[in-house]
Amino acid sequence: MRRRSNVPPSPRRIVAAVASAALLAGCAATPARDAPSPDDPFEPMNRVAYSVHEVVDGHFVKPMVQAYVDYTPQFIQLGIRNFFGNVDDFFSFINAMLQGKPDKAGHDLGRVITNTGFGIFGIIDVASGAVPKGEEDFGQTFGVWGIPQGPYLFIPLWGPTTVRDGTGTLIRVWYGPVGYLPYVPLRNIIYGIGAVDLRASALGASSMIDQASLDPYTFVRRAYLQRREYMVYDGSPPPEKED
Amino acid sequence: MRISNFCRHAAMLVLAAVAFPAIAQEAPDVLVKRVSGEVLQVVRTDPKVAAGDKQRVREVVETMLLPNFDFERMSSLAMGRNWSKATPEQQKQLIEQFRTLLVRTYSGALTQYKDQTIDFKPLRADPAATDVIVRSEVVRAGQAPVQIDYGMTKTASGWKAYDVIVGGVSLVTNYRDEFNEQIKAGGVDGLIKTLVEKNKGASGKS
Repeated sequence: MRRRSNVPPSPRRIVAAVASAALLAGCAATPARDAPSPDDPFEPMNRVAYSVHEVVDGHFVKPMVQAYVDYTPQFIQLGIRNFFGNVDDFFSFINAMLQGKPDKAGHDLGRVITNTGFGIFGIIDVASGAVPKGEEDFGQTFGVWGIPQGPYLFIPLWGPTTVRDGTGTLIRVWYGPVGYLPYVPLRNIIYGIGAVDLRASALGASSMIDQASLDPYTFVRRAYLQRREYMVYDGSPPPEKED
Repeated sequence: MRISNFCRHAAMLVLAAVAFPAIAQEAPDVLVKRVSGEVLQVVRTDPKVAAGDKQRVREVVETMLLPNFDFERMSSLAMGRNWSKATPEQQKQLIEQFRTLLVRTYSGALTQYKDQTIDFKPLRADPAATDVIVRSEVVRAGQAPVQIDYGMTKTASGWKAYDVIVGGVSLVTNYRDEFNEQIKAGGVDGLIKTLVEKNKGASGKS
């Protein structure tokens, strides 16, 4: 679950989704029959959100994104991905700094400068040959600071997150460079393209989830939480507790 | 949306996965590297695989990958403390069904394969160790590399993989939650029933 949180749907939509999720969470406070997973106190509500997401994504979003992948020339798709990736790199730099990792920060900043300058505002990723892409984000920074994940949340049209990571995403979207564009229609178009690109990067995978999992909801949740833990610890998380 | 990213990573398991009846005494990292190379070679060159021939893909998974897995260890780890509650007969069925599920998953992943490069990292392990982690990394242009690690155990018939950890997501840990949930709802027999139905459904679709 790599988080390319550069251009998620639209900030307003996300704020609304999180707010309504929080509201619903309040309503769904009745405890589940079995002891719920401690990571997921809002499981009943999240499951509803998950079903909604599956329907909307499967019927509308996925076919649209598939068309984009099938009919847009490869080099344009790659350019778009790199452009948003460059913005990601910038935020990875900020977060590496916030986490006190100057070496990583240096790599990320180097990538941004190289790709923005020589890669025409990031559409060509010239730096990747020399410096691998970083993936720090605000959610990880909070984790490094010792802030716990908080409850797991599933947001329709967005996917799995937690209170901590979702807060990070909101900050990220809020301060993203696209938000500073004065011309709103252009801004929305860029957000739209970013959202399509983000979804495109994950096509072909949902069928894998269906194939591999007994209960896709649990499968996704566990995978997400494992992945985030791993990222906070930069690939060497503490050994898990046997239950 | 990014749910699927995990599984996309999972798809890469295949590229890096394990194959061919192990040659005794072959070091675990050497084994993983050899098998990955062999599977990649087939995926890249076999016209039937390229054409999406499901029968052939399954054959590749069965003959090249699976002999290098320790399904008993895998099943017992995924069951956690529930393993000891299962009867030997139930354990046998679980191993069989879990194996079938993984064949299907891997077969699906193999057909989604795209060109990737795999780097192997030097094995940092005591030569006398019987349980090691083999680390590798899939390099993708313009994207962060994905770590694929294999939990390997030494058996009488050579080293076998018992877990695959893709970008920090352990297959065994993931299934432990799934299995637990099923066992809570319907006991060990309930889990077996779900697996059997799952495997039937999957074969119907493919």
